[in-house]
Amino acid sequence: MSAQGPGGGFHATHAVGKAEAAQPTEFAFDAASEAEIEKIIARYPAGKQASAVIPLLYIVQRQMGRVTGSAWVPRVAMDVIAQRLSMPPMRVYEVATFYLMFNTKPIGRYHLQVCGTTPCMLRGSDDVLAACKSAGGLKGYGDTSADGLFTLTEVECLGACVNAPILQVDDDYYEDLDYDSTVRLIEALKRGERPPHGSAIGRQTSAPEGGPMVLTGSED
Amino acid sequence: MAKVTVDGIEVEVPNGASVLQACEAAGKEVPRFCYHERLSVAGNCRMCLVEVEKAPKPVASCAYPVMDGMKVFTDTPVVRNARRGVMEFLLINHPLDCPICDQGGECDLQDQAMAYGRDLSRYDEGKRAVKDKYVGPLIKTVMNRCIHCTRCVRFAAEVAGVPEMGATGRGESMEIGTYVEKALSSELSGNLIDICPVGALTSRPYAFVSRPWELRKTESVDVLDAVGAAIRVDVRGGEVLRIMPRVHDDVNEEWLGDRGRFSFDGLKRNRLDRPWVRRDGKLQPASWAEALGAIARALPGKRLGAIAGDTMDAESMFALKGLMAALGSQNLDCRQDGAKLDASRPDYYLFNTGIAGIEQADAIVIIGSNPRVEAPVLNARIRKRWMTGALRVGVVGPVADLTYPTQAVAMGEAGAFLDGAKNPMVILGRGALAREDGAAVLAAAWDLAKQAGGLREDWHGFNLLHQFGGQVAALDLGFLPGEGGLDMAGMLAGGVDALWLLGADGFDASRIAPGTFVIYQGHHGEAAAARADVILPGATYTEKDGTYVNTEGRVQRGRMAVTPPGEAREDWKIIRAASQMLGVTLPYDSLEALRAEMAAAHPVFARLDQGPLPGCTDDAGPVATGALGMAPFQLPIQNYWQVDPITRASPTMAECAATYLQPKPLLAAE
Repeated sequence: MSAQGPGGGFHATHAVGKAEAAQPTEFAFDAASEAEIEKIIARYPAGKQASAVIPLLYIVQRQMGRVTGSAWVPRVAMDVIAQRLSMPPMRVYEVATFYLMFNTKPIGRYHLQVCGTTPCMLRGSDDVLAACKSAGGLKGYGDTSADGLFTLTEVECLGACVNAPILQVDDDYYEDLDYDSTVRLIEALKRGERPPHGSAIGRQTSAPEGGPMVLTGSED
Repeated sequence: MAKVTVDGIEVEVPNGASVLQACEAAGKEVPRFCYHERLSVAGNCRMCLVEVEKAPKPVASCAYPVMDGMKVFTDTPVVRNARRGVMEFLLINHPLDCPICDQGGECDLQDQAMAYGRDLSRYDEGKRAVKDKYVGPLIKTVMNRCIHCTRCVRFAAEVAGVPEMGATGRGESMEIGTYVEKALSSELSGNLIDICPVGALTSRPYAFVSRPWELRKTESVDVLDAVGAAIRVDVRGGEVLRIMPRVHDDVNEEWLGDRGRFSFDGLKRNRLDRPWVRRDGKLQPASWAEALGAIARALPGKRLGAIAGDTMDAESMFALKGLMAALGSQNLDCRQDGAKLDASRPDYYLFNTGIAGIEQADAIVIIGSNPRVEAPVLNARIRKRWMTGALRVGVVGPVADLTYPTQAVAMGEAGAFLDGAKNPMVILGRGALAREDGAAVLAAAWDLAKQAGGLREDWHGFNLLHQFGGQVAALDLGFLPGEGGLDMAGMLAGGVDALWLLGADGFDASRIAPGTFVIYQGHHGEAAAARADVILPGATYTEKDGTYVNTEGRVQRGRMAVTPPGEAREDWKIIRAASQMLGVTLPYDSLEALRAEMAAAHPVFARLDQGPLPGCTDDAGPVATGALGMAPFQLPIQNYWQVDPITRASPTMAECAATYLQPKPLLAAE
């Protein structure tokens, strides 16, 4: 293992410390977000609204994705959350920077999250990574493509090892990928399409490759 | 209670105590970084590992509750190995910069590395680098040194009540800071320096100034607010280099406000270090003989008056009162703010519940005061009480952010607010008395405490919060107009021909009637000194042995840490010398003799370091003259950092004021 520089490696899309320049100066929840917030806060007992901080950070991130095309959480939005949940802003900053799922600086339109943990790596995540780089025009982890469409991030195990390798695009899992299917996926994204998520080889959920092997009715 | 055996020593500790506390009770030292007895338990440094019988592995003693019959071992090979392992991990990212680190010599990590550190590291990779943070003009940060104990985070959130510090990021990227660059908005921020176990948070004014072993340490008492916090004055070569709090559980626990901690650089600036006498309309340097001679010539046959300042020691005020009595003058006053105090009974002007007593209160009404600014350490005690639950605080007058929730109440509703409280407290700010209807305010506040059931034999719920360390002693001494004597307004308006100002710098000197012969005895040259005809250079609280009484009536001794600069002298000696020149020699020529005389005349000064008397045996209130006015209360102190000659002379305090006050204040008043 080599020494990792500060802020290097898989933390690259994750600005820690003083937030950088591109911060907007204001943020307000839109109607769609407000409707969700109401449902979420109602889940927690009175006085315990602070528990809703993680769902609210997701709502901010999705709203930013919807409205600006870049799903990230600006600092001012964290302040808005703090006020909404009656908690100190610092406590929101702590949560938002702790979880790598929250982007604290702007990202591309599509967030390509390549799982490189052992099962995916054994099943060919290097090919997925290579495909992302070549088709998406990305130099490596942490990079955002010149056209602003893609940001590439390495993530730890996504918990879908049975269908490895996995590429998570925003909130969707694309499974059983190889180089070609990854390229096809990225080309489709470029055209503005969202191919159906799930297995790229037609696997039914996590059933064996090629279809069910047992309880097929032919055992008798 | 639980019986615990620590290394064969049997101790009894309360149920719910931690193993670490049991070890301390047994006199066994357990190393720790994150554990602090006045903060919540975090359990994240792992340095306090001990072995517990039947536990499968070493346990973090700070976060492990005791059980009856538990056997603890603090010094076994397993424990030592475990701590060595923890230390090795802590040192992975800690820089080897002890030679240039200000914490060096008083660093927990350095000390414990001596016991548990290896002489070389097995870690070959590069150390991480963390950007330094800005957290205000008082604290210097070197974040590479941070070991993530989170004491500062917990202190800010729990004690100071400003949850602005936190840990952002995670793992290798975790950083302590404020995330948004800003100065920590607390009057207690200097305490972060003390609680930081390493050199990550150090004193900015003290940066690269000295090493702890070069300092001579003098135990004293802070006079810059009325809490009377226990302090330690660190001196090298006749210069005060820093001031730190000492532990005093009944007063300041172990905290100190930033004003008391950082204003010492004002002790060196703008000082009066030689006598001055006005000749031909101009102040000119003089010798002591000339200055005292000028007084001896000027005073006889004149109507005399004396005004005492807010941070004077009791000895000098007692001496001046004695001198005035010998010269036949009853014109004395110590109330520069004009507060309508009633000194006929001590509990009319004391913080009778006591600072530690706050922890028993269950409802508080604060009248015309912002304790966060007037006495931050006392405010932290209220916050500490609030943290334990079920405390309601009402504020009559301007409502400031006191770091705990408050409710604005009108004077008329305050009674209802305290209704049903078992131990109600009324905290009356001294500033609320400095107005026309001050006496009525005082009586109304007393009445409020009485009506709420706060004046009982086992509880005294009436509290007056003073602003400075010398104010209560002056009242105890009766430094007030005597029979037929004039008060301050009367003296200033031309009621006297000669006025002796003993460190009295807290009023507008232009109010002194023209033609009055003014003697200014004090340590800093401000407006009153400029108006004087004779200036007698005195000593600050770090330069004399003095007695001070805090707002709860606790008599404490300050000690001389350095000698006064130049020809300046201890104040009581100056007055003693003047009395001799005036032919009315005061009957003492040593501090001990003076103190004996003072204790004989005012027995309260014989009760050293004792809190307020418990309870109230006579609930008859102070006399209300006049009706309660309708005017809203004004807060007396807007600028926490610059309140008296010392703090106004301090560059550090000026920088704080410029940082924290919006809009920016004009540079140095006067």
